[in-house]
Amino acid sequence: MQVFKKTLISLALVTSAALVSTSALADRIRIATEGAYAPFNYIDNTGALQGFDVDIAKALCAQMKAECDIVAQDWDGIIPGLRARRYDAIIASMSITPERQRVVAFTDPYYSNVLAFIGPKGTEMKTDAASLRGKTLGAQRATIAGQYLQDNLGRNVTVRLYDTQDNAYLDLAAGRLDGMVSDKFPAYDWLQTEAGSRFEFKGEDIDIDDKIGIAVRQNDNALRERFNKALKEIVDNGVYAEINARYFPFSIR
Amino acid sequence: MDWMYHLSDWLQLLTAGHEPWDSYARYLPQLLEGAWVTLKLVVLSGIAGILLAIPLALLRVSKNPWLWVLPYCYIFFFRGTPLLVQIFLVYYGLSQFESIRNSGWLWDQVLSQPYWCAIITFSLHTAAYIAELFRGAIQSVPRGEVEAAMALGLSKAKQYRKIILPRAFGMILPAYGNEVILMLKGSALASTITLLDLMGATRNVISRTYMNLEFFLLAGVMYLVIAAVIIGLFRLLENFFNAHQRATHLPVKQLDAQLQDEHLRDNAR
Repeated sequence: MQVFKKTLISLALVTSAALVSTSALADRIRIATEGAYAPFNYIDNTGALQGFDVDIAKALCAQMKAECDIVAQDWDGIIPGLRARRYDAIIASMSITPERQRVVAFTDPYYSNVLAFIGPKGTEMKTDAASLRGKTLGAQRATIAGQYLQDNLGRNVTVRLYDTQDNAYLDLAAGRLDGMVSDKFPAYDWLQTEAGSRFEFKGEDIDIDDKIGIAVRQNDNALRERFNKALKEIVDNGVYAEINARYFPFSIR
Repeated sequence: MDWMYHLSDWLQLLTAGHEPWDSYARYLPQLLEGAWVTLKLVVLSGIAGILLAIPLALLRVSKNPWLWVLPYCYIFFFRGTPLLVQIFLVYYGLSQFESIRNSGWLWDQVLSQPYWCAIITFSLHTAAYIAELFRGAIQSVPRGEVEAAMALGLSKAKQYRKIILPRAFGMILPAYGNEVILMLKGSALASTITLLDLMGATRNVISRTYMNLEFFLLAGVMYLVIAAVIIGLFRLLENFFNAHQRATHLPVKQLDAQLQDEHLRDNAR
């Protein structure tokens, strides 16, 4: 009996020691992304997560010498999942907004989102309010682009709002829209497709001071600082620029 | 009492926080404009639907397979597929064809406009249902009435015009009212093709205010009011077309003496 008890105790000690050591040594960071925002994060034919966000996440983890699991999570539940500790960070092209800052903390921005006008190639299209008067412009509903369109041009143009970005592209290609306002970088991706090849960016980009950051839990300052440090390092050593060039021939920082 | 907590949460959401009355006042005109668009959609497609349904139903009751097969397929398709699929096919589907985009007037004035795409889809959709209602009603016009019409020497066309169709119309009225109300609710799908109907306007307002609960409730109330108006309208129509169903039976004692006798005689038999 005595022997049995001793064995039990030592067994318990060994397992708990093992548990402690795995959590202390193996530095695992779980990262969530959305997987539905090409080319920033999407799921390829083989079911693997790909894209700019995913590459940045991998580069940051390599820089921090940490092991990372990257998981896909629907947009609606992505912040609740972080707070419920199902993962430790969100790298999913998330804009830093005051509403979100009330519930999560953000790292330094890792790129800047700008809006842009898109119109058919071969037409002169000035993008000031006076020149656009009477035209029909589209955007996705409940996005920054949609709000911009309504607030700044709503009086001069007919605004059409779509449930998805894809439907807006369809109507632009069908000629129902004279132009569109959209996040610039995903639109750049569409312009490379066959349907998008007849269109191009028009006028100046619209800078709406929209910064994209990595979200972590509010009390997780250590992880936030590690990300900030690693981000600075991959920018300095050229890894960031190399990833940027994989997706866009211009800098998005 | 769980539900009481929920109720108080709701009331708090409704009254506190973001000065909702300001927002209501500010966005109400947009919602009313949307309600007007919804009303136009439902009335126009309800009328177009029944006009289209009559010939469809007449062909459908024919015994000649060459006549009934096309309406049959049409009805089968429009009753068997979701309205959302149909509206997407008309709006996003047709616009994929170069020939349709180059069809001049048809494209410029009709098919490029979300408004007309919605009217066309809803009319085609509701016509399929109304045609089936009509078919059933035509087939259940009492045999005796048709025989009486034949005995009077009315031509086939006259039988339909004077006896069968008016009778069938009276019979489908309650079901037709039902169909119009279903169409009212189905019309919310117009918002998926950028139309600012009541639903579209509501969703736009919500994307600006983030006041989901309040504005969806408000939109729900507006739909209820429109539905109530439609129900009332159909009650009036029924009173007019089915007046015979309102006739109350006089108690036997109040009848004229001769009729009393006949009545007793009939009952005795």
